[in-house]
Amino acid sequence: MADRLYLSIDAAARSVGADDVAAALRQSGRQVVTTGSRGMLWLEPMVEVERDGVRHGFGPLTAQDAADLAATDFPDSHAKALGPVEALPWMQAQSRLIFARCGLIDPLDPDMFEAEGGLNGLKAALTQPPETIIDTLIRSGLRGRGGAGFPAGIKLKTAAAQPGPVKYICANADEGDSGTFADRMLMEGDPGQLIAGMIIAGRAIGAETGYIYLRSEYPDAIRIVSEALDVWRAKGWLGKNILGSGQRFDIHLRRGAGSYVCGEESAMLESLEGKRGQVRAKPPIPAISGLFGKPTIINNVLTLASMPWILEHGGDAYAARGHERSTGTQAFQLAGNIKQGGLLELDFGISLKRLIEEFGGGTLSGRPMRAAQLGGPLGAYIRADRLDVAMDYESLAAHGAMLGHGGIVVFDDTVDMAAQAEFAMAFCAEESCGKCTPCRIGAVRGRETLAKIRQGVDISTNLDLVEDLCSLMTDASLCAMGGLTPMPVMSAIREFPEDFEPRAEASAADMVD
Amino acid sequence: MASRRDNDLGTPPKHSPDTVQLTIDGQPVSVPSGTSIMRAAAAIDTRIPKLCATDRLEAFGSCRMCLVEIEGRMGTPASCTTPVEAGMAVSTQTPRLEALRRGVMELYISDHPLDCLTCSANGDCELQDTAGEVGLREVRYGFEGENHLAEPVDTSNPYFQFDGSKCIVCSRCVRACDEIQGTLALTVDNRGFDSKISAGLDEGFFDSECVSCGACIQVCPTATLMEKSVVEHGQPRRSVKTTCAYCGVGCSFIAELQGDEVVRMTPDTEGGANAGHSCVKGRFAWGYASHPDRVLKPMVREAITEAWREVEWDEAITFAATRFKAIQSEHGAGAIGGITSSRCTNEEVYVVQKMVRAAFGNNNVDTCARVCHSPTGYGLKNTFGTSAGTQDFRSVDAANVILVIGANPTDAHPVFASRMKQRLRAGAKLIVIDPRATDLVRSPHIEADHHIQLRPGTNVAVVNALAHVIVTEGLIDRRFVAERCEDESFARWAEFIAREENSPEAVEAVSGVPAETLRQAARLYAGGGNGAIYYGLGVTEHSQGSSMVMGMANLAMATGNIGRNGVGVNPLRGQNNVQGSCDMGSFPHEFPGYRHVSDDATRALFAEAWSQDLSGEPGLRIPNMLSAALDGSFKGLFVQGEDIAQSDPDTQNVEAALRAMDCVIVQDLFLNETAAFAHIFLPGTAFLEKDGTFINAERRINRVRPAMPEKQGLSEWETVCRLARAMGYDMAYPDAAAIMDEIAALTPSFAGVSFDRLDREGSVQWPCNDSAPQGTPIMHVDGFVRGKGRFMLTQFIPTEEKASRRFPLLLTTGRILSQYNVGAQTRRTENSRWHEEDVLQIHPVDAETRGLKEGDMVSLSSRKGAVSIRATISERVPPGVVYTTFHHPDSGANVVTTELSDWATNCPEYKVTAVQVAPANMPSDWQRNRAESQRNPDAITAE
Repeated sequence: MADRLYLSIDAAARSVGADDVAAALRQSGRQVVTTGSRGMLWLEPMVEVERDGVRHGFGPLTAQDAADLAATDFPDSHAKALGPVEALPWMQAQSRLIFARCGLIDPLDPDMFEAEGGLNGLKAALTQPPETIIDTLIRSGLRGRGGAGFPAGIKLKTAAAQPGPVKYICANADEGDSGTFADRMLMEGDPGQLIAGMIIAGRAIGAETGYIYLRSEYPDAIRIVSEALDVWRAKGWLGKNILGSGQRFDIHLRRGAGSYVCGEESAMLESLEGKRGQVRAKPPIPAISGLFGKPTIINNVLTLASMPWILEHGGDAYAARGHERSTGTQAFQLAGNIKQGGLLELDFGISLKRLIEEFGGGTLSGRPMRAAQLGGPLGAYIRADRLDVAMDYESLAAHGAMLGHGGIVVFDDTVDMAAQAEFAMAFCAEESCGKCTPCRIGAVRGRETLAKIRQGVDISTNLDLVEDLCSLMTDASLCAMGGLTPMPVMSAIREFPEDFEPRAEASAADMVD
Repeated sequence: MASRRDNDLGTPPKHSPDTVQLTIDGQPVSVPSGTSIMRAAAAIDTRIPKLCATDRLEAFGSCRMCLVEIEGRMGTPASCTTPVEAGMAVSTQTPRLEALRRGVMELYISDHPLDCLTCSANGDCELQDTAGEVGLREVRYGFEGENHLAEPVDTSNPYFQFDGSKCIVCSRCVRACDEIQGTLALTVDNRGFDSKISAGLDEGFFDSECVSCGACIQVCPTATLMEKSVVEHGQPRRSVKTTCAYCGVGCSFIAELQGDEVVRMTPDTEGGANAGHSCVKGRFAWGYASHPDRVLKPMVREAITEAWREVEWDEAITFAATRFKAIQSEHGAGAIGGITSSRCTNEEVYVVQKMVRAAFGNNNVDTCARVCHSPTGYGLKNTFGTSAGTQDFRSVDAANVILVIGANPTDAHPVFASRMKQRLRAGAKLIVIDPRATDLVRSPHIEADHHIQLRPGTNVAVVNALAHVIVTEGLIDRRFVAERCEDESFARWAEFIAREENSPEAVEAVSGVPAETLRQAARLYAGGGNGAIYYGLGVTEHSQGSSMVMGMANLAMATGNIGRNGVGVNPLRGQNNVQGSCDMGSFPHEFPGYRHVSDDATRALFAEAWSQDLSGEPGLRIPNMLSAALDGSFKGLFVQGEDIAQSDPDTQNVEAALRAMDCVIVQDLFLNETAAFAHIFLPGTAFLEKDGTFINAERRINRVRPAMPEKQGLSEWETVCRLARAMGYDMAYPDAAAIMDEIAALTPSFAGVSFDRLDREGSVQWPCNDSAPQGTPIMHVDGFVRGKGRFMLTQFIPTEEKASRRFPLLLTTGRILSQYNVGAQTRRTENSRWHEEDVLQIHPVDAETRGLKEGDMVSLSSRKGAVSIRATISERVPPGVVYTTFHHPDSGANVVTTELSDWATNCPEYKVTAVQVAPANMPSDWQRNRAESQRNPDAITAE
């Protein structure tokens, strides 16, 4: 009975019954340490049993499985036994720098966090002057993980050069892209990593206040981050005198209100200021004039969460990983019609084919894969026979695609790419803030015109019109929402032209819809 | 109007000492750093198509029509939001840009009605013009898609409509409400294609927080926000620049007309006072000028009990002159006098005072400033040496601490208030001294740092306490005082003010203001950078009004807050030309330019110019005229455009005095309350018919130009000249310009002023003469007008008007945004829909103890009289204080106010009256009598 049990109660695990498993274990009289997820979502709910310092996995479990296992003290012979978790191929292949503690620790247990080295990066930063921190981050080559890939160190340097005294650090946790969940997993599994990263960024530019803008669709993450902030304050790791260093920094948690475009950094600033979530024109860039008109660093959760590792191990150690200008690691998220969905933190440069086939195990339906959409709803569709592309910023750009936030959504051969193109426009129409004309009206007209094409109305003329509209939206939109919507639309048209040809009657694909 | 738009440079100017050189379409251009590409292009007359940009608002970047290409850069940035950089090579017209612009326009028009020919903006529509410029020829999307064509038209506002079907969601209106007006009533509801402009939560414009300033209409590029008058009549065909005739802000307007009918009034972006902004009164409430109530024929009657008889001008003038001469021969030269109007032009006022002095042969001339800002004249003259505010309005942009005392600018001076609010939102600190919680105390994006909510009547105690802190805590600007002020008067004052009786702790008991609040406010004003005082009638209309003005002047001198941009002591003048009417010699003791009548040299100057011996004896003030009338020695009065029976305090006393006179001449647009006691009615002209000048609160001399001929056939100054001639004094001018020429010749501070110059330069601020050829935006820059600044002792002496067992509450009065003063004009417009009657604000506690509910009729009584009025329960007033407006004659607010007045100037103590409030179910006796006489105008008889 002495074996400690660990159970992931990440929202993804809960969605497949982790709460029932937890209840069953507790009913059996077992103490359970709740953790985040290891990222192997097809194995959730997964229970880990610690024996001799090694954690053995069991999953995916039903409540009945859990009760049975508890009653039999988790025999290795059980059908759901996975063996030592760290030894699983999925785990073995990874370079878990950011997600090192995710799934390992109780996210609200500061002692576990500290014992696993969680404070090392922060402690290192607190002994360094801001210029050194910025220099380290520049040397690391760390780029923004929200999708744009802007060098994080350069951004910090710009904000640091602005006159003070009031500056802000904003963590963009409005993770709205389809098929992405990395930010959520980290916040639910190891929020301390994000908090430490924000303090480091704050020290680098001379900011004493941070905001986490977290989407309301993530109630678990909101609860955990909020409690984690309290825990950190109570420990003296956040607030007026962090770890006794004299450094001041505190963080406010703000909840989004269901707007996709508020993940765009300037719309997020508007929302944080209590205004309508609407994109701002640039310049000025936020590093010069951002939140409340003050110099502001806005980074994705994973960008900030990468900083503690870099400060602990050095910029060069980070830069040594990855592929050319895409240094370090990337959290790839496999989703959609995929057999083994989940998150993998790998060095940049792995091929898409390996990700989908080797790690993902192909489609869940078992049917042939036809397409994958990379980088969320504004990303391009890649044909199944063109998966041999290295997953890094430059290689994908050369392929007319983008990495975005690292989400990969897989489709099998039943997908109607014309419907997907129409959906892309519909999504833009639904989520457009409405400020700029190409996005506000263009998305609606795009949706309508693609609907006409699908109905067989003047297909050739209307395809020309869609193409014109797409180049208008690309060139003239105010932000990436309207500017990138043409990517899925035009990639669908170019890569899957057969789906835009006249159809004699309703196709099988339509029936599947 | 196309002409106005053509001058729109797209984005606001940037003020930078650094200039940037670049080329636009190969043409070199040099502009201040920070300027947008769009504005730089406009500087070389390259107009880039645009829809959301206007130089009145910060760049927004939403329409995507103004895209350009920049050599060496990817993409097509918006020229409105992209600042110039050195060496940039910009192309504004390329095949790629042409396609993009046409594509954007195609999207717009796919969701826009195609009814240009029948649209109210036809000929004045930026969307229409831009569609033409970009060469849109077809809409390939068709018109059957999702659209807004069925959006309803919101016609709830009396003056303008909102037609959602024509909206292109450029957000100009929302931004104007924010950046220009500062009310933030408008927003965009929903998102994406569903975005629509909203004036509130499911409210129409009328019920929303919209203040109908018109800023949104002014910037709307389509017919979405449109004046109903334009919808009804069509686009104007000619225009005349002139000046608003409401408050003392003095906004410049363009009267836009068809023939002699005004179609709309739009604020002039070149206006020195308003820079293109306006309020609901100036922009919309001009319909009174053609209201059927307006009297257009002279009228006479033998007695006020008789009916009026319409006569020709000559008969009326003869009738008047005969009566006046008869009075003078029976009761002496001093038995008649005149009152000038702050509503009239300088030229009209000047001839009235000249008539009194030269034709009547006495100095019995006074003006309505008596009842508003006479203490300002007294107080500032004694301390600084001149009877006027020290700054221009623009100065507030440089203020760091703004002290608003006894003024409610968001209601009474809304266009200046908007400017002040923008400054406050940019970070200036605010101290409000007022018994009421005005909008400045707390409203969206505005909150006073300190609200000194004093008991009415304790201004002087409070200003002394502020000065006490400054003196005793060492916050004096010693260098300024030593260099610029009198040593002796300062030393005497400093000794006086440091006395314990003036300490915040002592004053707390009198004023009800916590000592600590007073201390903090004093420290903020003295130590917060540029401190600027703005004040209103809450300062002057007290028994110690003049003391309070001097108290504020002391405060400004002691802290060095005078003589430069961003500081000063500034009266917010109530009426459009109250400054001018005072400047024009409307006081019984002063010639034009504030020179005493007993000064022999001055008198000789005027006597020679006017070819007439002049009296060196000061004449009667208004209250003296009234009391002399009651004792039988004053028998005849010429009243120019003022309604003393409604506006002056203690109405029943005023009425009795008027009844006691043999001849009252009223020159006005309407048969006002005073006309009920008149024997001769001389129809006046509305501002749209006047040729002349007004002077606003910043001493700015603005031109008033006739947009149409006089409806009654005669200018007011000519009427007065004819009366003077009929009285035997030869007074004649070829035109109004000649009157100003005479003023300039006789008044040193106006020496450089002429209509020609004003028409050339727009406006000028006096003094304007050889020593200040460009005029004087800010006064006392290198030295005070009187030489050294003089500190005056301001001992607090409580008013005799005290709350008692019988009258336990203190009444204070004021204005509301939609109405103006006695309401003669605004009540004859749709503005009354916002304020149909005067109501009494009473604190919930005081209402509770009297068993009052919201909307109950109450009797408001003082020792002077009683009226019945509807009560509204409000925490804007503190317990013990009630408040009402005086816009409606039947509410009779001044029946209740008292005879008490300022010790120095007799300015009435409107702001403090001890009253009782009790439930009532019928009008008061005075109101019943008034109603009776209204029904039967011939029945005004002695009681």
